[in-house]
Amino acid sequence: MIDFIVQMFSYGFIRRAILVGVLVALSAALLGVCLVLKRYSMIGDGLSHVGFGAMAIALALNFTPLYFSIPVVIIAAFFLLKISENSSVKGDAAIAIISSSAIAIGMIAISLSGGTDIDINDFMFGSILLVTDTDLYISIGVSVAVIVMFILLYNKIMAATFDEDFVRATGTNVKAYNMLVALLTAIMVVVGMRIMGTLLISSLIIFPALTSMRVFKSFKKVVVCAAVVSVFCVLAGFVAAHLFALPPGSTIVVANLAVFLVFSVTGRLVKA
Amino acid sequence: MPLVAFENVSISYDGVYAVHDVNFTVEAGDYLCIVGENGAGKSTVIKGLLSLVPLKSGKIHLIPPMTRRDIGYLPQYKNVRNDFPASVYEVVLSGRLSKRGIFPFYRKKDKQAALESMRQLNILDLKDKPYCDLSGGQQQRTLLARAICSAGKLLVLDEPVAGLDPKVTQEMYDIVKRLNQQQGVAIVMVSHDIHAAVLYANKILHMDQTVQFFGSRDDYVNSAPGRAFLKG
Repeated sequence: MIDFIVQMFSYGFIRRAILVGVLVALSAALLGVCLVLKRYSMIGDGLSHVGFGAMAIALALNFTPLYFSIPVVIIAAFFLLKISENSSVKGDAAIAIISSSAIAIGMIAISLSGGTDIDINDFMFGSILLVTDTDLYISIGVSVAVIVMFILLYNKIMAATFDEDFVRATGTNVKAYNMLVALLTAIMVVVGMRIMGTLLISSLIIFPALTSMRVFKSFKKVVVCAAVVSVFCVLAGFVAAHLFALPPGSTIVVANLAVFLVFSVTGRLVKA
Repeated sequence: MPLVAFENVSISYDGVYAVHDVNFTVEAGDYLCIVGENGAGKSTVIKGLLSLVPLKSGKIHLIPPMTRRDIGYLPQYKNVRNDFPASVYEVVLSGRLSKRGIFPFYRKKDKQAALESMRQLNILDLKDKPYCDLSGGQQQRTLLARAICSAGKLLVLDEPVAGLDPKVTQEMYDIVKRLNQQQGVAIVMVSHDIHAAVLYANKILHMDQTVQFFGSRDDYVNSAPGRAFLKG
């Protein structure tokens, strides 16, 4: 087993993919605690679909995908945040419309550009072969930014996630924190899409937070546990994928599902 | 000593006035109840005071040395998440956030203030309990402890007893009265319960989009809107 893992790490592209995977999962888990508790889970999902559309248009027009899709997804993130804050517009319905429209426009762009040699499957479900050095540098940057932000703003994030009105009423600018979370989520989604794919990236955001809330009931414990669970699941997913020749993105999601079920049962037993 | 003054304040939602041309002042040590029918703009007055909604016209003056950071706030119980993973201590301590400004961590002083307000409300033994596992009354005490440790001068309460059972309701009223009388905290409370309002408050603001009555409790009981509302 040890030999097997050592051998797995000897491939440069796998090493790179695992590193990006761990960093993306860690930042996704931290941002996910905020998003899930604010009931913004669907924002991650909406963003990944917009990311797909942007990526497809970039390929069709021969732009560098990352440089084109990151700004587009950031704009989409602010827009989705605005929709979700304003309850007079039905936020969930708006996100569904944006998601499917983005996919549709992306597919049409690919089809119009005619015979691009990209595999749609890779974009939908992820591929570790898509991970580039640029992805690696961006994901290192994003995860460092997310972790530093989380430590420095931890108390503000907790207070504002629990009761936004109270924090606003006592004179703290909550909008700026919401924007920061949306910005980092957008970049994280674009980078993470390479490995996890459009359809699976939101699980990295949602699963760890939900999983740790099955067992833990203090904010600090939920955050720490979500971080640990996310990294564990990425590593376990990669090893299992390599061992049984499975698609890594899907294997990581299934690892998350398995841990979620274990935590759910544990949570029940602890309560009983 | 005046703390807050509303001057011709109007607030509208989607072009319709929720409150119109409101004038009143809150003095140090006041216990002001805002009463009125459903939809009369009671909560809107409070949201204006807390800068949660923009003013259409008029001005709300916080009279120095009073600042926004001296206001503690207890939101409507049903508006606060009760499935949130946080310990009682984490929730109460979050009341000290505005005292920290841009400094990222709570200091010893903040932790002491949080513990002190938990002691006052008799929830010190619940310190490490998950907030979501508490009873409604305990949750409301936790939120009140958060409000108290965030500010000492003015406490704004939006229907603090809505959804609580009669025994817990009485407890809440007693706690608020004690804070007002013993600690000199000024209270602004939106209340559905007109009888409790005239029992505890020293001033009444009766709203129906516009101010129907503002003045002392004793005058209110004998005024036309007061007599009509108390009867109904």
